[in-house]
Amino acid sequence: MNEDVLVIENLQTAFDTEQGRLTAVDGVSFTVPAGKTVGIVGESGCGKSVTAMSIVQLLPQPAGVITGGKVIFKGKDLIGVDDETLYGIRGNEIGVIFQEPMTALNPVQRIGKQLSESLILHKGMSKKDAWAESVNLLDMVGIPSPEIRVGEYPHQLSGGMRQRVVIAIAIVCKPDLIIADEPTTALDVTVQAQILDLLKKLQKENGSSVILITHDLGVIAETCDEVVVMYGGRVVEQAPVENIFKNPQHAYTKGLLDSIPRLETPRKSLLKTIPNMVAGLAEFVDGCRFCQRMEREGDSLNTRPELKEVATDHWVEACPQCTTHA
Amino acid sequence: MNLLDVKDLKMHFPVHGGVFSRVVGSVKAVDGISLSIKKGQTLGIVGESGCGKSTLGKTIVRLNKPTAGSIHVNGADITKMSQSELRPHRKQFQMMFQDPAESLNPRMSIGEIITEPLLIQKIGNRHTRRERAIQLLERVGIPGSAVDRFSFEFSGGQRQRIGVARAIALQPELLVLDEPVSALDVSVQSQVLNLLLELQEEMGISYMFIAHDLAVVKHISDYVAVMYLGEIVELADADIIYKNPKHAYTKALIAAIPVPDPTVKKERIILEGEIPSPINPPKGSAFGHRINHPQYAETEGLDMPLVEIEPDHWVAADPCCLSVEDYINARSLVK
Repeated sequence: MNEDVLVIENLQTAFDTEQGRLTAVDGVSFTVPAGKTVGIVGESGCGKSVTAMSIVQLLPQPAGVITGGKVIFKGKDLIGVDDETLYGIRGNEIGVIFQEPMTALNPVQRIGKQLSESLILHKGMSKKDAWAESVNLLDMVGIPSPEIRVGEYPHQLSGGMRQRVVIAIAIVCKPDLIIADEPTTALDVTVQAQILDLLKKLQKENGSSVILITHDLGVIAETCDEVVVMYGGRVVEQAPVENIFKNPQHAYTKGLLDSIPRLETPRKSLLKTIPNMVAGLAEFVDGCRFCQRMEREGDSLNTRPELKEVATDHWVEACPQCTTHA
Repeated sequence: MNLLDVKDLKMHFPVHGGVFSRVVGSVKAVDGISLSIKKGQTLGIVGESGCGKSTLGKTIVRLNKPTAGSIHVNGADITKMSQSELRPHRKQFQMMFQDPAESLNPRMSIGEIITEPLLIQKIGNRHTRRERAIQLLERVGIPGSAVDRFSFEFSGGQRQRIGVARAIALQPELLVLDEPVSALDVSVQSQVLNLLLELQEEMGISYMFIAHDLAVVKHISDYVAVMYLGEIVELADADIIYKNPKHAYTKALIAAIPVPDPTVKKERIILEGEIPSPINPPKGSAFGHRINHPQYAETEGLDMPLVEIEPDHWVAADPCCLSVEDYINARSLVK
């Protein structure tokens, strides 16, 4: 039963821009085991969302192109399959939760219609049955008086409610994989706790796997089994969640963990920081991109470090200046 | 002496309705808030969206005209001043906003943006202002040579630094910061927080730091006030409030912070529902109403002021939100 629902091998995604073709995801590989939650963490522009959107091939068109690699979902490579097959998978076997609930929902369609859409398309339900099932789903994601809400429009709901609707749409067909792109970033901590709890509950009930994209390390620690740390379009470290927090091996992971204020940090003390900023896509070097940010010199900037397994399931990009494992 | 003294501040916005757009009610965004900030100290304000924390900040710097109450900055009553009367006082208090992309004018060079406050206050000439802009930029960690560039050429973190440079251009004594780091990545967030801490040390500025990230607020603040539906429900020294929260809402907020440590298995308090509408707030304990507290009915019409339950720790005397012991104690302190 220990199958992997999703295997990503050496994924390359690029964007055609005025500056030419720029690679946003540069050879990313990881796997998502059945029933597990894999977190992808990194800063803006590290390629975490592009990686996720490449899986379902929802890249901005015509600029975004997958230039290489494999996305093997339940044993089948999704790269290069025809649109018909993708339509059958998206919203059905893979559900997507987008960050901004106001833009993910259609403002001029009733909630019930937006939920029914997938049921009618993928499950062949009648309009009436789909509408009734929509009420059940709203109830399942914890929306009070679902029989009234189902006939309302998105603007009549609060932010937390809208995010619940977006989740309901993602799980409507009991997908094998849920991709959640910053699902709680726009929400208050209290509502965030409700939503994360809901996601966990639904995952347990349906046995789905989840890819959770976030920049919040607290959210990662509380919800994920495995963590993928991305920097500059590449994976720099990947490990079970305890290892990432207790025994981080890459300088970037350590830097991220050190820079968050915690409740036990002495008040008003200066925080540790990672100096400088991430380079632009066009400026990235071939070699270690974290060394580039740290303005280091040497060979590590010229050759791309290999991913190396330093402990069971714990992989790290073996740059001699960023880790002791080179 | 306190730099800022706010007493019973109310900010109500009228709600119009019906065919003749008559006033049919009011949004009680800020409903009777008292607080003070000492020189060189930071007061953090936390609460969920819609609790009135941003309105409180805007009202204190007089971007709104308060409905009732008083605001004193350095002893001067600015509550009812007209915009022209306010102008000389504005040097003392500045506000910085959340979104670094939207709060900077894309048609102005960053030098012009930073020195606009000096221009309005008629300080210096073109040449000295430009010099000052370069100096301010370098202070916030941006090369002075960038003075003629435009804000969109910078990243989010750099834009927020430019926002800081503009806010400190007049050397204010009070800076109201509305979610200054919420839009930033963690590694950049810590850079901006450090900058704010250093500036406070150097210039002795007082901050009012409004945010929803409780770990960040705790880190930068001397005192923390927790707001719920237009009112402060608990206010205490930053260490005390996190170690020993008294109010049920504060406890729930703290429990909801995700802890960046997978081995911590903490007790979860999942709050049901969301903050109610400030147009028709519950008549009694607002939070008691949300959690359906059995004693809610008793609180309708009950006066529940903030009382100092222990040194440097104030909490609302609300029977729904305190332990029995704390409530008896708090009630005995109500005058």
